[in-house]
Amino acid sequence: MENHFEAGIEELRQKLLVMASHAEKSVNESVQALMQRDHDLALRVKADDDTIDKFEVEIDEMAILLLTKAPLATNLRLVTVAMKISQNLERIGDEATKIAKRARDLSQEPPVKINLGLPHMADLALAMVKDALDSFVHRNAAAARALIPRDKEVDALNRQIHQQLAQHMMDNPDTIGRCLHWIVAAKSLERIADHAKNIAEEVVYLCDAQDIRHALKN
Amino acid sequence: MAEISIPKLAPPTTSVSAAQTNTPFIEIEDVSLFYGASKALKNISLKLEEKVVTAFIGPSGCGKSTLLRCLNRMNDLIDNVRIDGAIKIGGHDIYASDVDVIELRKRVGMVFQKSNPFPKTIYENVAYGLRLHGMKAKSDLDARIEECLRASALWDEVKDRLNSSALGLSGGQQQRLCIARAIAIKPEVILMDEPASALDPIATARIEDLILELKKEFTIVIVTHNMQQAARISDQTAFFYIGELVEFGATAKIFTNPAQKRTEDYVSGRFG
Repeated sequence: MENHFEAGIEELRQKLLVMASHAEKSVNESVQALMQRDHDLALRVKADDDTIDKFEVEIDEMAILLLTKAPLATNLRLVTVAMKISQNLERIGDEATKIAKRARDLSQEPPVKINLGLPHMADLALAMVKDALDSFVHRNAAAARALIPRDKEVDALNRQIHQQLAQHMMDNPDTIGRCLHWIVAAKSLERIADHAKNIAEEVVYLCDAQDIRHALKN
Repeated sequence: MAEISIPKLAPPTTSVSAAQTNTPFIEIEDVSLFYGASKALKNISLKLEEKVVTAFIGPSGCGKSTLLRCLNRMNDLIDNVRIDGAIKIGGHDIYASDVDVIELRKRVGMVFQKSNPFPKTIYENVAYGLRLHGMKAKSDLDARIEECLRASALWDEVKDRLNSSALGLSGGQQQRLCIARAIAIKPEVILMDEPASALDPIATARIEDLILELKKEFTIVIVTHNMQQAARISDQTAFFYIGELVEFGATAKIFTNPAQKRTEDYVSGRFG
């Protein structure tokens, strides 16, 4: 006989995974559009954001209905974690859209001649998103914990890129508009890494029932 | 296998089934019930669809079990009860003067809070109703009993001891046996009065999964005090309070955004 409640939990998990694949794809494509000055790809990323938003609403609806049925222990944590992860994925989608908008605008202007560490930063942020989602799929708390310190590397790169672009703007005032686009894009990548870290923290809670958010601040 | 003949109350006036049209299968129209001078149900009107699970919820004494028992005329067995209004099942008034109550209870089976298997073997518990309705051949009985025990998710646990006493089964198993017994004669409606309230969480989960399987074939009305159980298994929920129907609607709506404050207070555990 089918366990109908477990089937509902699995349905929620599957929907979250589909949402995650959309969010990951958006980040990948927004970075690709930015680096390759691909105007059309940037427009597609922006259009796909609606899909991710709808997933967030649907996952919340499913989770609320499951909560009325009194899930307990791991199932309770999964439902609450699913809501938080979907919110982080939706914001990852928003950040991808911001990058895509900057990619769209930058593709219409001459390139800025400056050697930024942004491709490396994008690689790090993308890998964090991928690894965070993998840790959720495999319920691997150790992998999730290992990912969290990598956020500091992305933060440091963002500060470095910000300083480089600030200096470049002072030296080349005609590039201020374009440099501001790059600053926003770098900030979005930094935020994407933050959301990946948040997801990893939720995976630790899911697997180990331990809340590690803000642990280093206390 | 011989098909059991279940007499109908009267030929339907239309050949279109409730399932095809989403028309109500059970229609409760302005029903009031009196125990002597005391009005226990106050002008209840409800329409329940076919092959859905409807939960009746409410604090003790609200009338939910009384209304449930109206659906197969169990209240007829109580002295000094008077019922006003009409109840139709499949379009037919079950309180009409020419209705055979025994036939009605074949169409509308019931499972009680406390499991009540006959003091007979597991096999005989299910065979009893079938024999009463004319099934004699052992091969037919064997096939139908296996079918019912499988449908009630009990077969794998009892197939090697069908001739053992039903009283030796656990509480959860006994309750599933009662469900097997109820569905053996192919009712259209199954009424359940707190069927899992005396069971442990595992046995409760099995009964709940069974109910969700049974709704593919049967219209189910269940009384429960367990709000989460109502949320898990029912499609529609009716909330009763002191003999009144306060709110009726989709279970998801009742448990996330009820229209009435009394419903909100009850499902939130503020009273009852």
